[in-house]
Amino acid sequence: MFKCKTSAEVGGMGHSVKRKEDARFLHGKGNYVDDVKLPGQLTMVMVRSPYAYAKIKSINKEKALAIPGVLAVITGEDLAQYNLHWMPTLLSDTQMVLPTDTVMHQSQEVCAVIATDRYVAVDGAEAVEVDYEPMQAIVDPFKALDDDAPLLRPDKEGQEDNQIYHWERGDRAKTDEVIANADVVVKERIYLPRIHVASIETCGCVASYDKDTQKLLVYLTTQAPHAIRTVVALVAGHVGLSEEKIRIISPDIGGGFGGKVPVYPAYVVAIAATFLIGKPVKWIEDRSENLVNGFARDYHMDCELAATKEGKIQAFKVSTLADHGYTDSSANPSKYPTGMFSICTGSYDYEHAFAELDAVYTNKAPGGVAYRCSFRVTEAVHAIERMVDKLAAKIEKDPALLRLENFIKKEQFPYDSPLGWSYDSGDYEATLKKAMDMIGYDNYKKEQAEKRAQGKLMGIGICTFTEVVGAGPSKDFDILGIAMFDSAEIRVHPTGKALARFGTKSQGQGHETTYAQILAEELGIPYTDIEIDEGDTDTAPYGLGTYASRSTPTAGAAAAIAARKLRDKGKKIAAHLLEVSEEDIEWEVGKYFVKGAPEKSKTIQDVAFAAYTNIPPGMEPGFEATHYYDPPNLTFPNGAYICVVEVEQETGAIDVKRFVAIDDCGNIINPMIVEGQVHGGLTQGIAPAMYEGIEYDDEGNVLNGTLMDYLVPTAVESPHWETGHTITPSPHHPLGAKGVAESPTVGAPPAIANAIIDALAPLGIKHLDIPITPAKVWEAIQAHS
Amino acid sequence: MKHTISMTINGAPVTAEVDSRLLLVHFIRENLDLTGTHIGCDTSNCGACTILLDGKSIKSCTYLAVRADGAEITTIEGLAAEGTNHPLQQAFHDQHGLHCGFCTPGMIMRSVDLLKNNPNPTEEEIRWGISGNLCRCTGYNNIVKSVQQAAKEMQSESESV
Repeated sequence: MFKCKTSAEVGGMGHSVKRKEDARFLHGKGNYVDDVKLPGQLTMVMVRSPYAYAKIKSINKEKALAIPGVLAVITGEDLAQYNLHWMPTLLSDTQMVLPTDTVMHQSQEVCAVIATDRYVAVDGAEAVEVDYEPMQAIVDPFKALDDDAPLLRPDKEGQEDNQIYHWERGDRAKTDEVIANADVVVKERIYLPRIHVASIETCGCVASYDKDTQKLLVYLTTQAPHAIRTVVALVAGHVGLSEEKIRIISPDIGGGFGGKVPVYPAYVVAIAATFLIGKPVKWIEDRSENLVNGFARDYHMDCELAATKEGKIQAFKVSTLADHGYTDSSANPSKYPTGMFSICTGSYDYEHAFAELDAVYTNKAPGGVAYRCSFRVTEAVHAIERMVDKLAAKIEKDPALLRLENFIKKEQFPYDSPLGWSYDSGDYEATLKKAMDMIGYDNYKKEQAEKRAQGKLMGIGICTFTEVVGAGPSKDFDILGIAMFDSAEIRVHPTGKALARFGTKSQGQGHETTYAQILAEELGIPYTDIEIDEGDTDTAPYGLGTYASRSTPTAGAAAAIAARKLRDKGKKIAAHLLEVSEEDIEWEVGKYFVKGAPEKSKTIQDVAFAAYTNIPPGMEPGFEATHYYDPPNLTFPNGAYICVVEVEQETGAIDVKRFVAIDDCGNIINPMIVEGQVHGGLTQGIAPAMYEGIEYDDEGNVLNGTLMDYLVPTAVESPHWETGHTITPSPHHPLGAKGVAESPTVGAPPAIANAIIDALAPLGIKHLDIPITPAKVWEAIQAHS
Repeated sequence: MKHTISMTINGAPVTAEVDSRLLLVHFIRENLDLTGTHIGCDTSNCGACTILLDGKSIKSCTYLAVRADGAEITTIEGLAAEGTNHPLQQAFHDQHGLHCGFCTPGMIMRSVDLLKNNPNPTEEEIRWGISGNLCRCTGYNNIVKSVQQAAKEMQSESESV
């Protein structure tokens, strides 16, 4: 277990100190984008397409412009004059800002109405007359690849069909050979449906351009303010927006989960509008706009797992069809179009694997966001964890035992996976055994046997996942060419209090507390004496932002190393103050002392004061340090989740009786916050497992585009989560820490799916795709009885 | 069409001329600059806009401002004197019942009403009681614990009076 080195007052690593950011949120003083009110501010509302695929024959602005208070209607034609009607996506595809002739998905932005207030802007949007000529939409991604399918992106040079790219990793021939010769092979097509992050705050911005100073200020719901600033400069540099004149402020963010990484077209239109009009323009997305634009998952995965008859896994193969909508706007590192999907070999030791993926265009909203998961890890883990359970069912072996027999052993780390990752650390056996002990696995197995004898449906589901988070080593990971390092800048004031700034941006993760704890750990300054600041590109050091569980692995490491730089400088100052040589000075949390004479000491606060008042000759004054951290590897958090369910045969109702989550995220900064993150991630795991999925009809209409129809779990649907930890520090991270908040979103869906399918196994049901709803269960029961 | 309305907000009288169609949540946020009351949906599912109207929790996004004429309204800003915490605010802090903070004002205002009508709720009653308010961050475990802590605190307060 982790032992705290600091007192509770100092509040370094391992202390469950209460959050410093809470007070403003508890008193209604948070400052979210919609709370920003600039003098003369106008409101923008988007007109959106009712059709999934249509030609735009005309847009008539007249009636809208006749409404008092409507100042402008901006169309794609208007933006085309400035060559701003298209923008690049993060993966080198192109996305319309506003269309000039064709709409490609339902609810696509068609034009923007700018007015003096929101009510008038909505009136204006209603009054815009758009004449469409609807076309037959391609909704099914498999049909998008048919020879006679219409070409959806003729605008792209050299694009001859609807395939965006083919990607593969591993040895296809050898994997096929091992599968062909294996004792046992299990196969399944697994679909992870299109879902939405549905953060309670939607997206929005307030863009303000000053024509005199030529400065652009944008308050934006973004998880990556610096990257956005650079993107704006790259996209709009030709109209005179220069990066040093662009300031992006990401204020309080009401939940991100990956959905606030992309650049949405309306942001660009708002910037164009303020640039043209010279007044601040606010755009706040409404919930329906939010749910039908952007998405996560949507992978169809054909999986094959081969093993000996005893259950030793030998090879895994997965061929995926990915539905990206009309453009590939996945928010992935540029060399990783499928993200970290190749983590799909899982927590098991075997030699042969092959993964391939074909991405296609359809008439759906683009997005492909990394929804609380490090770029497609959720899809990968679902595939392998369902297949391991299928193998266990096929050879009639306990799925826990099958996992224990196939795990990568503790002594095998660092472990080179068949598809090219170097797992840093883990003790998978200890983690699973802890979960089994905590839930009482053996007792549940007995209870299950008894219940089955009575004809009752009870299931136990396990998921033992390995995540890959903390992008990343900059030799491999970049966003639009910008290396994925992150940064920390510390200023210790003369009185020993500090201000630290970061290139990341909290959206509820508690950075104002946890970063202060890291600095408390390293410097011995109480966490309450350290202010944390993020999100303003004019003041924060450059960084790539917060998503993919990268804040602790990158910016957290930067904080530790910057603090150590300060400690080194402080040692010289302490030697000066204590009149001994630097070699005679030792450090323990919060103070320097003379070797062999601990009564002769100076606190970090004494040293900070001296850095401004009594500087050693020749030394640069001040007590500040900055570090840009480029991690040598990613971190590999892992966990063992066990779920117990009961299913009512008559109705298909599913009752989650217990859910135990044991996570290993290395050393823990704040156990209270980690537990909170795990709770939240688990609820975002049960959501797609049992409730959520964006549904389309054959015309490409979204069937559940409001929170009335898209079932975000309430407190009633969320089980009482039980959590615990094993701690295997990351060997390469300065604090031994790993990311954590995405593990539960990744690990919960297969544990729940495995439990429900296990409950239904006596009826002969072998697989169900998520979301596994009572209706789906009931239909499956009818089909099998 | 304009109407003159008067109400008490967080103890202070307010009179204003508003459009018939102005929603109460916009009146509170934009006319009165009380931005602690949030908007998270357009179908009154999420509860981020929950306030107290004549002591009862309502979703102010589906309530016309004119209908609140004569009402007594409390928003998150008026729940406790500045610099102090209502027992629910304290409990959400103590139990880590908030992450991003966006649902928190609505969740707390709903819980005020819940505890008024049921001072000693079971876990199940709390879960049903807040089921009109969505939280995407916390997984609800710690919100339930927060309401439990506040219930205990408020009961011992009322016993000692």
